[in-house]
Amino acid sequence: MLARRIIACLDVRDGQVVKGVQFEGLRSAGEPAALARRYNEEGIDELVILDVTATIEKRRALAATVGAVARELFIPLSVGGGIKDEGDAAAAIEAGADKVSLNTAPLADPDLITRLARRYGSQAVIVAIDAKRAGYGYAVYSRSGTTAAERDAVEWAREAESRGAGEILLTSIDRDGTKAGFDCEMTAAVSAAVNIPVIASGGAGTFDHFVDVFTAGRADAALAASIFHYSEHAVADLKTHLQARGIPMRLT
Amino acid sequence: MTIALVDYGAGNLTSVKKAFLHLGATLDVPATPAGLERAAAVVVPGVGHFSATRTLTPDWHAAIRRGLDAGRPLLGICVGMQWLYEGSTEAPDCPGLGVIPGTCARLTGGVDRLKVPHVGWNTLRFPRATSLLDGLQQDSSVYFTHSFAGPVNGATAAVAEYGEPFAAAVEDGLVMGVQFHPEKSGDTGLQILSNFLRRVADGVAMERG
Repeated sequence: MLARRIIACLDVRDGQVVKGVQFEGLRSAGEPAALARRYNEEGIDELVILDVTATIEKRRALAATVGAVARELFIPLSVGGGIKDEGDAAAAIEAGADKVSLNTAPLADPDLITRLARRYGSQAVIVAIDAKRAGYGYAVYSRSGTTAAERDAVEWAREAESRGAGEILLTSIDRDGTKAGFDCEMTAAVSAAVNIPVIASGGAGTFDHFVDVFTAGRADAALAASIFHYSEHAVADLKTHLQARGIPMRLT
Repeated sequence: MTIALVDYGAGNLTSVKKAFLHLGATLDVPATPAGLERAAAVVVPGVGHFSATRTLTPDWHAAIRRGLDAGRPLLGICVGMQWLYEGSTEAPDCPGLGVIPGTCARLTGGVDRLKVPHVGWNTLRFPRATSLLDGLQQDSSVYFTHSFAGPVNGATAAVAEYGEPFAAAVEDGLVMGVQFHPEKSGDTGLQILSNFLRRVADGVAMERG
């Protein structure tokens, strides 16, 4: 049976893992390769390296960080943050990324999704959507949540899929860093609208928040950062918790 | 003992290379079919659309078949495994190598109308013992990402379920294939690649007598 995936996100700044609260205020959580190794031993299904400040500071995701993680881990690895064009995507993939995660760039240049899908396959192209509740819909923001994109998350997810995206990484700006739980309604709305996997992100604070997002939220995968960073065995304990509640997990 | 990786321009070979290098293999990416002659085994990786295998022109087909006749193991990964079949409905005008009977088709999602593509970790069931999957436990998990798959038949070495059963791995003599990504399937995946390398090494030892 296909397992739901638990994905750990390493928000990286200047070669160190940090975690932002609503994208601001940064605490150091350690060296990326060491954390990645620990997560792998605990049974994490996938890793995302996100260069959290890349878009604003116009830096490219650090190839050295990606290379150090990819050298010793043989599970899917995605890289995001400031990937603007084919050159940035190629650099990430050559460093060892299996997938690139695009957020700001395809909002201005949607055809980038198609070009990257043609070059690397749809499975390598994740469109990351940062959205917050707005009236009856979900407003998409770019540039690390600072700029309104004048798009609705459901409609943009559909377009991304039609242009060749292989997965959607959906982050609730309202919930990110709050530990108040995933935005299950938003996740379910997007997941029901597309036929590609939706990775829910933003708000994980307890193990039951993951239960909620896999049931009510209809998520195919869930991503979190801080819940895993500061406690031992969190990944293995979370997976055992979910499996016991009937959510299929890969147990290692 | 050199393993030839066939690069036909589909996706990237980085992860497959890293995994084989991690296991101590020597790799070569030949630019022409003649380059396959130098290798002890051939690996055809690949992601994306079946039509990308069109770059594997008849001279590649012939060289890979000659390799099999000469006792060189062949491993197809993902689209590379689909290519071992006669073809795929994804690109009907594009012939596969045809060393495994049948045609690949799009996953239906089954009665539950599951999402297609099939992405993530799924479990394997082994209908029989094979050299490629030797030492693996029933229900081992491996990482998949694909929309098309090959039919289950006598060559099937592992079956996975996603709305319907499909061939997750094949083995028929020297012909081996995996629909999943062993290079991204943690220790289980490394074990499979290591089994392949051991099979290649056994072949080389036998040849030397």
